[in-house]
Amino acid sequence: MKVLVAVKRVVDYNVKVRAKADGSDVDLNNVKMAINPFCEIAVEEAVRLKEAGTATEVIAVSIGDKACQEQIRTALALGADRGIQVETESNVEPLVVAKLLKGVVDKEQPQLVILGKQSIDGDNNQTGQMLGALANMPQGTFASEVVVDGDKLNVTREVDGGLQTVSLNLPAVVTTDLRLNEPRYASLPNIMKAKKKQLDVYSPADLGVEVTSHLTQVSVEPPAERQAGIKVEDVDQLVDKLKNEAKVIS
Amino acid sequence: MSTLVIAEHDNGSLKGATLNAVTAAQAMGADVDILVAGANCGGAAEAAAAVAGVGKVLVADNAAYEHQLAENVSLLIAEVGAAYDNIVAPATANCKNAMPRVAALLDVAQISEITSVESADTFKRPIYAGNVIATVQSADAKKVITVRTTAFDAAAAEGGSASIEAVDAAHDAGISSFVGEEVAVSDRPELTSADIVISGGRGMQNGENFKMLEGIADKLGAAIGASRAAVDAGFVPNDMQVGQTGKIVAPDLYIAVGISGAIQHLAGMKDSKVIVAINKDEDAPIFQVADYGLVADLFDALPELESKI
Ligand SMILES: Cc1cc2nc3c(=O)[nH]c(=O)nc-3n(C[C@H](O)[C@H](O)[C@H](O)COP(=O)(O)OP(=O)(O)OC[C@H]3O[C@@H](n4cnc5c(N)ncnc54)[C@H](O)[C@@H]3O)c2cc1C
Ligand SMILES: Nc1ncnc2c1ncn2[C@@H]1O[C@H](COP(=O)(O)O)[C@@H](O)[C@H]1O
Repeated sequence: MKVLVAVKRVVDYNVKVRAKADGSDVDLNNVKMAINPFCEIAVEEAVRLKEAGTATEVIAVSIGDKACQEQIRTALALGADRGIQVETESNVEPLVVAKLLKGVVDKEQPQLVILGKQSIDGDNNQTGQMLGALANMPQGTFASEVVVDGDKLNVTREVDGGLQTVSLNLPAVVTTDLRLNEPRYASLPNIMKAKKKQLDVYSPADLGVEVTSHLTQVSVEPPAERQAGIKVEDVDQLVDKLKNEAKVIS
Repeated sequence: MSTLVIAEHDNGSLKGATLNAVTAAQAMGADVDILVAGANCGGAAEAAAAVAGVGKVLVADNAAYEHQLAENVSLLIAEVGAAYDNIVAPATANCKNAMPRVAALLDVAQISEITSVESADTFKRPIYAGNVIATVQSADAKKVITVRTTAFDAAAAEGGSASIEAVDAAHDAGISSFVGEEVAVSDRPELTSADIVISGGRGMQNGENFKMLEGIADKLGAAIGASRAAVDAGFVPNDMQVGQTGKIVAPDLYIAVGISGAIQHLAGMKDSKVIVAINKDEDAPIFQVADYGLVADLFDALPELESKI
């Protein structure tokens, strides 16, 4: 089966992002960008399906400006076969991303679409579910295990109480959680090979999608600062502080 | 202005997260109704009807909704929600699963995990693991919103007398089914609503050592949490993970043991009232957010702490 993987370009997870002093936006000047960690897990899962002989082709798609081709190349170096960039400005709302992905799904007819559960910049946790609704596909979100079982997909999901397993008709959408797999590193020869793999660029119009905006970011601000704390000498002092100063235990 | 709150429940009873979502809904200045979708969910519906300030409770009692499959529930919510200005749900795993589908079906944006209501169309929400708070304005006539429960007080669970109305919409999309679940049973309070949380990290070394936290948790009536590293290493199950991509907690007291304090962990606990860190590395970043830091080996500190509280 054909597998489509959605990869997003985001700020590297080690960067502590700050609001600009004038509150107009976050300060992304000279920060390191990377593939969203959950998307890396999505690519790894797709590549493993191919290595297992279940997937026939893995296509990595990213939506954004030209810079996101770098993340598509990362996916190609990790083992995806070809890439698709849908050219938009850099920050597109999840609903629009989902519509554009639906356009790619209509064109490519994959049996499985794997996304991350969440982008670590916007912390939205929406796109996979929205794509599921638009394409009328079932979804296995927050996946920690994915098993192809004939014409069904069994997905084990990380939920509030523990784990839940669902059976989905194919084609289906999966969104990855942290424990689905541990992504490999791209080898140098594979990074070189990735440069030669096919990468098609579409416009939203090619996919018949109008890019609209439903939300406006009015301003940004830093979170409330915590007051500096103290170091206690020993357990006795800690217990005393908790009882008599903070009064949180009795 | 009218708001439909989606109940989080286990059919028999209503989950506390629903009460926080009701408070957020009331802040939108709206009449608030609650939708309970489930199977044999009369118990949850009655509890919802008792919540203070709720107009009516709509109950969709059907086998298709028993396990909250998003494919089915989203069709129901989109249909019932058509009559409302806002559809609001707590940011629980179930609602995070279903609500974006609802938004897409209605062709509107979803605003995830709001922490405050600024006006009818403007909300605050954390982005970048809580390092930035964004104020966002929605241009949609109908708003689909999830609520960070720790940011809103719980509405009173008693005192209301809402009417209960059955909804017969039976939506079975027929594309997914429930296979099974592994649910941790515990006598301890729920992690996301406990007054005290004690969490262990990689420094705990193994799952067996979490017993040292249990002794303290039992004495304090605390819930037990963990860092991602402790979950990934298999010390404890996934439902205990606190953080950007785990559970968000804001108890009166959070005790972090053998946790370094990565951005992603802080995102899940830094709104706690009092934070205690126990770590043998005096430079661990967790001390930057701790009200009380104890530089010590946890294997010495924990037994002593248990004996002295
Ligand atoms: C996309 C993404 C999402 C993530 N989401 C989350 C999340 O939701 N939650 C989360 O927690 N993390 C998350 N992480 C992981 C996060 O970046 C850190 O790797 C993780 O929090 C580290 O866990 P830790 O503090 O237990 O381990 P470490 O960073 O290894 O820290 C262990 C600490 O224990 C101390 N220690 C060791 N032995 C002792 C001892 N005997 N006595 C006292 N102290 C001791 C050490 O000094 C050290 O500070 C995420 C990462 C990514 C990339
Ligand atoms: N611009 C984008 N390009 C490609 N994939 C995306 C994009 N935005 C979101 N996604 C996918 O949707 C997942 C969830 O993102 P979000 O809903 O923004 O939290 C990500 O992990 C990606 O797999």
